[in-house]
Amino acid sequence: MEQLRTIGRELAMGSQGGWGQSKEFLDLVKSIGEARSKAEEDRIIARELEHLKRRLADPDVPRRKMKELLLRLVYAEMLGHDASFGHIHAVKMTHDESLPLKRTGYLAVALFLDERHDLVILVVNTIQKDLRSDNYLVVCAALTAACRLIGEEAIPAVLPQVVELLAHPKEAVRKKAVMALHRFYQRSPSSVSHLVSNFRKRLCDNDPGVMGATLCPLYDLILEEPNAYKDLVVSFVNILKQVAERRLPTSYDYHQMPAPFIQIKLLKILAVLGSGDKQASGHMYTVLGDIFRKGDTASNIGNAILYECICCISSIFPNPKMLEAAAETTSKFLKSDSHNLKYMGIDALGRLIKINPDIAEEHQLAVIDCLEDPDDTLKRKTFELLYKMTKSTNVEVIVDRMIEYMINITDHHYKTEIASRCVELAEQFAPSNQWFIQTMNKVFEHAGDLVNIRVAHNLMRLIAEGFGEEDEGADSQLRSSAVDSYLRIVGEPKLPSSFLQIICWVLGEYGTADGKYSASYIIGKLCDVAEAHLTDDTVKAYAISGILKIFAFEIALGRKIDMLPECQTLVDELSASHSTDLQQRAYELQALLGLDKRAVESAMPADASCEDIEVDRNLSFLNSYVQQALENGAAPYIPESERSGVISVGSYKSQEQQETSAHTLRFEAYEMPKPSLALATSQVSMSTPPTDLVPVPDPGYYKEDHQTSRSQPSGDAISGEFGVKLRLDGVQKKWGRPTYSSSTPSSSASSQQATNGGSYSDGGGSTSSQARESSYGSKRQQGTEISAEKQRLAASLFGSAAAKADRKAQASRKASKENASAEKATASSAAPQPVKEQVIPEAPPPDLLDLGDEPVSSSPPSADPFSQLEGLLGPASATPVVSGAPATSTSKAPDLMSIFSDDVPTGATSGSTDPTLGDVNLIKGATTAAAKKGPSLQDALQKDATARQVGVTPTGNNPNLFKDLLG
Amino acid sequence: MIHFVLLISRQGKVRLTKWYTPYPQKQRSKVIKEISSLVLTRGPKLCNFVEWQGYRVVYKRYASLYFCMCIDPADNELETLQIIHHYVEILDRYFGNAYFILDEILIAGELQESNKKAVLRLVTTQDALVEAAKEAASSLSNIIAQATK
Repeated sequence: MEQLRTIGRELAMGSQGGWGQSKEFLDLVKSIGEARSKAEEDRIIARELEHLKRRLADPDVPRRKMKELLLRLVYAEMLGHDASFGHIHAVKMTHDESLPLKRTGYLAVALFLDERHDLVILVVNTIQKDLRSDNYLVVCAALTAACRLIGEEAIPAVLPQVVELLAHPKEAVRKKAVMALHRFYQRSPSSVSHLVSNFRKRLCDNDPGVMGATLCPLYDLILEEPNAYKDLVVSFVNILKQVAERRLPTSYDYHQMPAPFIQIKLLKILAVLGSGDKQASGHMYTVLGDIFRKGDTASNIGNAILYECICCISSIFPNPKMLEAAAETTSKFLKSDSHNLKYMGIDALGRLIKINPDIAEEHQLAVIDCLEDPDDTLKRKTFELLYKMTKSTNVEVIVDRMIEYMINITDHHYKTEIASRCVELAEQFAPSNQWFIQTMNKVFEHAGDLVNIRVAHNLMRLIAEGFGEEDEGADSQLRSSAVDSYLRIVGEPKLPSSFLQIICWVLGEYGTADGKYSASYIIGKLCDVAEAHLTDDTVKAYAISGILKIFAFEIALGRKIDMLPECQTLVDELSASHSTDLQQRAYELQALLGLDKRAVESAMPADASCEDIEVDRNLSFLNSYVQQALENGAAPYIPESERSGVISVGSYKSQEQQETSAHTLRFEAYEMPKPSLALATSQVSMSTPPTDLVPVPDPGYYKEDHQTSRSQPSGDAISGEFGVKLRLDGVQKKWGRPTYSSSTPSSSASSQQATNGGSYSDGGGSTSSQARESSYGSKRQQGTEISAEKQRLAASLFGSAAAKADRKAQASRKASKENASAEKATASSAAPQPVKEQVIPEAPPPDLLDLGDEPVSSSPPSADPFSQLEGLLGPASATPVVSGAPATSTSKAPDLMSIFSDDVPTGATSGSTDPTLGDVNLIKGATTAAAKKGPSLQDALQKDATARQVGVTPTGNNPNLFKDLLG
Repeated sequence: MIHFVLLISRQGKVRLTKWYTPYPQKQRSKVIKEISSLVLTRGPKLCNFVEWQGYRVVYKRYASLYFCMCIDPADNELETLQIIHHYVEILDRYFGNAYFILDEILIAGELQESNKKAVLRLVTTQDALVEAAKEAASSLSNIIAQATK
C-alpha cells in the first residue's frame, strides 16, 4: 500500500523520469504539476502549443524528436486544449518504420481521433498493412488502434486480416484480435455476424487470457440471442468450475482469488443463459453453490464475485438453497460497515425481492439507515429499491419521501428520473384522487419542466374524467379540490410552464363549476397569470382560452358579466400579438362575447373536454370530393413510395438520390439491432431485466390463473415487445413454484415463529431460521438505539397499512375497482394489484404477533398488546387475535409486514386466486406452527412482551402511528 | 462496458484520460469538469460509486490521485473497483507509461487481460524493443559522428 501511495504521488506530480524525454518535456510536466490555478495551467499549455506548432511545422525535425513532440501534444490535448494542428503528424508517424515511433504514432492517433474523424481514412491503410506484419508487436499496436478507429464503413477493409489473426501463434495477438472483432460487432453487428462462430472456437483457446477475452463478445451475443447459445451452458459451467477450483495458472489469481474477472464474466453469461430455462439453470446450481461456499467476504474482489452470484441466482430459475445463500450474503452486505457493500447489498436486495419479497423484511432497518445516510449514492440506490417495492399500501410514504428528496437536488438528469418515477408510482398506486392530485401538484411545482408534457395532459384528462367508476359527485369534488389548490398556488412565483398550463386549463374548465368562486374572480386570476408570464405564449394561450371558457359558461347560464378592465387590456394586447395563435384566441373571445346564449351553448358546450374526438384517418369524408375531382380530369394521387420510384428512373441526379436512399435503407438495416440493445440496457438500468421476470409460482395455478397472469405485464411491458422475451415469459409461467418460494406465506411474517413454522412446513430453508432468529435477537438488543421515528418509517414502508381481513373481505370489490381505476389512470400501467391483494390472506397467524413487534415495540410493556392492537385496528380486524385459533385469525389479522409479499407480480399470481389451495397452505402453515410451537400464540405473545421489555424504550404515541398506518 | 477512464488529481487536474466511447473535445472537458466536481467533493468513507447521467462512475483515490471509470449501470461496480486496483497494482510493479499499460488491460471498454504477468511481459517486451532501438540509434549516431570527424 505504501508503495502504491508513492506511485500515486509520483503520478500526481506527473514525473516521468527515466523515459528519455528531454528536459523541456519534464519541465513542462513539472510546471503543469505546480500550476496553482487552471488559468495558469492554460497559459502554460497555450505557450506550449505555440511552441509545438512552430516545431512541428519545421520540416527538419529529427524523427525521435518528433515522437516527443507528439507526446507533448497528447498531453496538451488531454488537458482540454485543441491540438488538432498536430493530428496529421500523428498519422504520419504511424507510417514510420521503427517500432517505437510507430507505436507512439498509433497511441497518439488513437487518443486524438475517433472513428468519426476525417483523418481516420488515412490510417486505415496503415492498419491494414501493419496487421500483416511479421512483428507481432506491430500487429498488436495496429489491433489496438483498430479497436478505437475503425468505424462501420472501414470494417470490411480490415476484417479479413483480423479474422486471420484469430489463429495467430501469439496469444497476445489472438486476444487483441478477439477484442477487435468484438468492437466491430458492437459497431455494426451485421458486418461480422457471419463470423461469430469464431468466438466459440476461441472459447477453447489454450491461453486463459484469450478465453477470458472471448467472454466479452460472447456475453454481448448471448444477451442478443440467448437461445442460440444454450449448448454452451455446460462448457461455461465447466470453465467456471475449473476456474473456481484454481485450475488456471496462479498468475491469474488476484488477491488470492482465482481469476475473479473471468469468474464474474462467466457468472454474467450464465445469468442470461439460465434465465427462464430450468434445464440450463439445473447445470449451474452446483458450481454456484461451490462459489458461495468458497466466497471470501473479506476482500473486495470476493464480494464482487458474491454479488455477481446473487445477480445470477436472482436471474436464473430459482432454487431454494441458492436463494437462501444469496439472501444470507445480501444480509452480510447490508450489515457491513462499508458503504460500498451496503450499496451492493441494496442492489442485491432489489433483485432478490422480485423472487421472494419477504427477504426484505429482515433488513428493513438497514434499508431505512441507507435511506437516511448522508451518502447520496446510497440514498439514490435505496430509492431505487423503494421504487421496486412500491405498492398501494406504502405508496404515500415512498412518494412523499421521493418528492422531498427531489426538491433538493440540482442534478437535472436525476431529478427528471425521480420525478418521472414519482409520476409513475402515483399513477399506478394512488390511494385516492385527492392524494394523486396533490402529489402531482408537488411534482409539477418542483420539477414541472422536467417531466414529460404527456404527464400534464394526463393529469388534465384525469381531472376532467375523474376516475371513471365513481359517481359524479366524487368527480366534481375532485375538481373543486383541484381548483381550490390551484387558486392557492397560482400566485406563487416561478412556477414551471407546464404546471401553469394545467392550472389555467383547470381554472377555465372548472373554476366556476361549483359556484364557489365568481366568474370575475377566476378571470382576474387568469389575467394575472397571463400578465405574469409575458414571454410564455403557451401559458398565455391557455389563460386566454380559460377566460374564453368562463365567459362561455356564464353566457350559457344566462348571466351577464362585465368585462374586467384588466381582462380587456389583456384581450387588446393579445389581439395585437405577434403570435397568430394568440391573436386568433383573442378575436374568438371578442366574437363570443357578441353571441347570444344559444349560439354560445352550441359553440362552447360545457364539459366538452370529455368528449371523444374520433379522427377519421382515411379522410373518407373527402371521398366524394376526390371522386368529383377525378371525374373532372385531375391526376390520381400517387403514394409517396411509388412517386420516388417513378422519379428515380429519370436523371442521373435522381439515380444518385436513389442510391442515397438505398444507402439510408442499408443504414437502417444496420441500425436495427441498436434500439433493442439500448432497450436491453435501459431495461437493466431500470432493474427490470428480462431475467428478472419472476416465475409464477405453482404449476397447478398456471392454467387457472391464465387470465390473471396475462394481465400481469406491468414492469415487463417493455420486454413484451420482443419476441424472445415474450416467449420466455410464457415459459417462465409454466414453471412450478419452487419449494422455497412456497414458504412465502410464512415468511411474510417477520417473526421467528412464523419463519420456523413456515419453513418447516415445506421442509426447505429451515436451516437459516436459527441464524435469523439470532440476528433478530441482536436486532432487538439494539432496539434501544433505534429511534421511534425510524421505526415508524420502517413500519410505514414495510408494514402494510390495510388490514388483511379488510382486504379479503373487500377483495373482489377492491380488485375490480382498482382494476378499473388503474386502467383509467394510465393506459400503460396494467394493474397487478388486484391479483396481489389476494395473496395476503395466505399468511399464517403468527404474523400478527410479530408484526406487532415492530411498531408496537414502542408501547408501554404493561399493556396487553393485543387488546391494544385490536382497539387500534378497529372493526376491520377486530376480534380474533388472542382467541388463538390460527385459522380464523389469519383471515382477519392485519399484516403489517405484508408489503413485501405482494410487492411483485410473482407473489401476485401466486395463485391464491385458487382459494382451496390458499387455504391448504394456510392451514398447513397454521397447523405446523401449532405443532412446532405448541400454543404458539401464547408463546409468541410472551416473547413479544419480553422483547419489548428488554429491547425498546416505550415512547408512547404509537396509537397515532397505528392510526396513520391502518386508518 | 467502460466508457472512459480518468485520472484526476485532488485539485481537479487531469492526469490521464482515455475514452472508449467517442466524445468530442468540448464534451470531454465538460465531462471531466462534472466528474471531478462529483468525485472530489465526496467524503472519505462514502461509496466509491457515483451516479452520473444515468451511468455509474466508480472511483478510487490513491494518494492525491483519483482513478475514475465510467461504466454502465448494469455493470458490477465492485468489479470495476477492482479493475482500477488491478491497474494500479500493475503500475506499481512496472512504473512507466500508463497509457501502454492501460492498452494492455482494457480494450474497447472491456477488460482484456487479468493476468498481471502477461501485461507486464508485453509491456516490457515492447520496452526492450524501444531500448534496443535507442541503443542502435545512439551507436549509429556515434558511428556517424566518428565518421564525420
